[in-house]
Amino acid sequence: MEYFLTEEQEMIKDLAKRIADEKIAPVALEYDEKGIFPRDIVNILAQSDLCGVYIPEEYGGLGGGIFEMALVVEELSRACGGIALAFAGTGLGIYPVILFGNEQQKEKYLPDIASGKKLAAFGLTEADAGSDAAGIQTTATKDGDYYILNGTKQWITNGGEADIYTVIAATDKTKGSRGFSAFIVEKDTPGFSFGKKEEKMGIRASATRELIFEDCKIPKENLLGREGMGFIVAMKTLDRTRPGVAAQAVGIAQGAFDKAVKYSRERHQFGQPISSFQAIQHMLADMAIQIEAARALVYATCRTIDAGAKNFSKESAMCKVFASDVAMKVTTDAVQIFGGYGYMKEYPVEKMMRDAKITQIYEGTNQIQRNIIALELIKAASRSK
Amino acid sequence: MNVIVCIKQVPATNEVKINKQTNTIIREGIESIINPFDMYAVEEGIRIKEKLGGKVTAISMGIPSVVDLLRETLELGVDDAVLLSDKAFAGADTLATAYTLSMGIKKLGKYDIILCGKQATDGDTAQVGPSLAEKLGIPHITYVKRIEKIEDRKIRAQRMTEDGYEVIETTLPALLTVVKEINEPRLPSIKNKLRAKKAHIPIWTAEDINADKRLTGLNGSPTKVVRTFVPDMKIDGEMVQGSPEEQAAYLVQKLCKLYFKKTS
Repeated sequence: MEYFLTEEQEMIKDLAKRIADEKIAPVALEYDEKGIFPRDIVNILAQSDLCGVYIPEEYGGLGGGIFEMALVVEELSRACGGIALAFAGTGLGIYPVILFGNEQQKEKYLPDIASGKKLAAFGLTEADAGSDAAGIQTTATKDGDYYILNGTKQWITNGGEADIYTVIAATDKTKGSRGFSAFIVEKDTPGFSFGKKEEKMGIRASATRELIFEDCKIPKENLLGREGMGFIVAMKTLDRTRPGVAAQAVGIAQGAFDKAVKYSRERHQFGQPISSFQAIQHMLADMAIQIEAARALVYATCRTIDAGAKNFSKESAMCKVFASDVAMKVTTDAVQIFGGYGYMKEYPVEKMMRDAKITQIYEGTNQIQRNIIALELIKAASRSK
Repeated sequence: MNVIVCIKQVPATNEVKINKQTNTIIREGIESIINPFDMYAVEEGIRIKEKLGGKVTAISMGIPSVVDLLRETLELGVDDAVLLSDKAFAGADTLATAYTLSMGIKKLGKYDIILCGKQATDGDTAQVGPSLAEKLGIPHITYVKRIEKIEDRKIRAQRMTEDGYEVIETTLPALLTVVKEINEPRLPSIKNKLRAKKAHIPIWTAEDINADKRLTGLNGSPTKVVRTFVPDMKIDGEMVQGSPEEQAAYLVQKLCKLYFKKTS
């Protein structure tokens, strides 16, 4: 499919692909098995200028948008969805600053993200606040020129590895989600610590930890936007970064599909390669159709966002749901095509199946995404009446 | 620190084909790449610049399309590149190549370090680097696996040998040929790719570099390729039979005999 990428986008995609093939693919299984955080790969991405593809040029980035970020995530995820997350999770963590940061905050934080010197993370989820983000218990209490944070964030991607955290906390508990505010918290701030590294089913090269705030004092300059804007900050950020999850899903699916096609031509049964059997051929055809459809939806959504569309919650949710469901289906079928070998850890597709599962869950479960889509549809219908 | 890196285009294949009539390498119809050993020289040059400041210039002698390969070095972080290309350079052996490069480098001006790959993967001669140093009248260190320090107009490097390494120090300017153990070449960066796309890479002719055409190309090449072959490194082997104990006993006996024969 021809997606008419610009020359610069083509360049970004090619370079990300090269890094995936030459640097990530050889270590993907080991990093997954041992849960190694890919600091070395981050350094390679930094040296190649890819860390800053979505950061404005005035802050040292390449000035691209969500599309450029998605292209990188997709290509890296072909080789390893977990390793790609060091990059994608940083995008999620720093987008609140890009969207809502003031000039001083942007100048302070964006250049180090663009250069790859620092990583970021986003802290929204808590033990009792997942799909129902309004249930946040972490508090931020104003104290002169500071805010005092207390509470625990859960399952935070890049937790412990990132240097900059955007955290959503309640500044006024009586107002519910309208009493939430967003803060920038730097690693090594007194009162800010991390829980144990979670043992996950997939994306095991990605670090997932609790963020623990115990009377953590942060300067009031670290408030993003105004008090009470926290929920908006979170929702607007997630609307923009969901295509990143979708791109990760497309990449994982493509990676599994490529392996399945290759294997089907090498594996012989009944005296011929299994790719000669129609049962396999139809599976491969269906996998290819789904991947291409998902990619087209992701790219179209990214372009919609980057073109400056006002409301794209529906499209953003659609591409995340569709691409992640495709990733689950395609990786499951890839394991099926590999047969018994596919179930073995020495072969790469079982990992891809494990990695795919999270894309249906995080940054809003697919059930919540469908709620968003339906709500937008009903809103639009009521307006047109 | 001004660094010059010499690169050569080689066929992108491990199986070099030889023209039976002329005994030279057939280059037609095979994709060209930068000699892989030169990539380590490029990387080392960029690292020196990153550490000590200055500038890295890549130079090559070859057909006009080598400009594309020089552009690849800019994508990696090399500042400038220049190609020496002229019909008068065609058919050069290592001597004429070294002469031509030396004239190009003289035109480039002041330099501190010249880096080359240890050899090219097509001709495998490993001669151009040292010959170039001779032509320029500067010292050289071959098979460098690590630069220990560059300080007070001196360079100290580890030179790989068959059974270890030597540490050699010399004054600057100097020429070094590097082995693959020296570093891990980086991938390009987007900003350098964008810069490289627009960069002008000049092509200098024999006149531009004041080269004596009697010393370039086929005219300046006394080498006649009579035959090409891989040197016969024949080692007599002996298979030992028997149980592990018997084999070990035989081996010890044999080794003792060899040892005493040598020392007696």
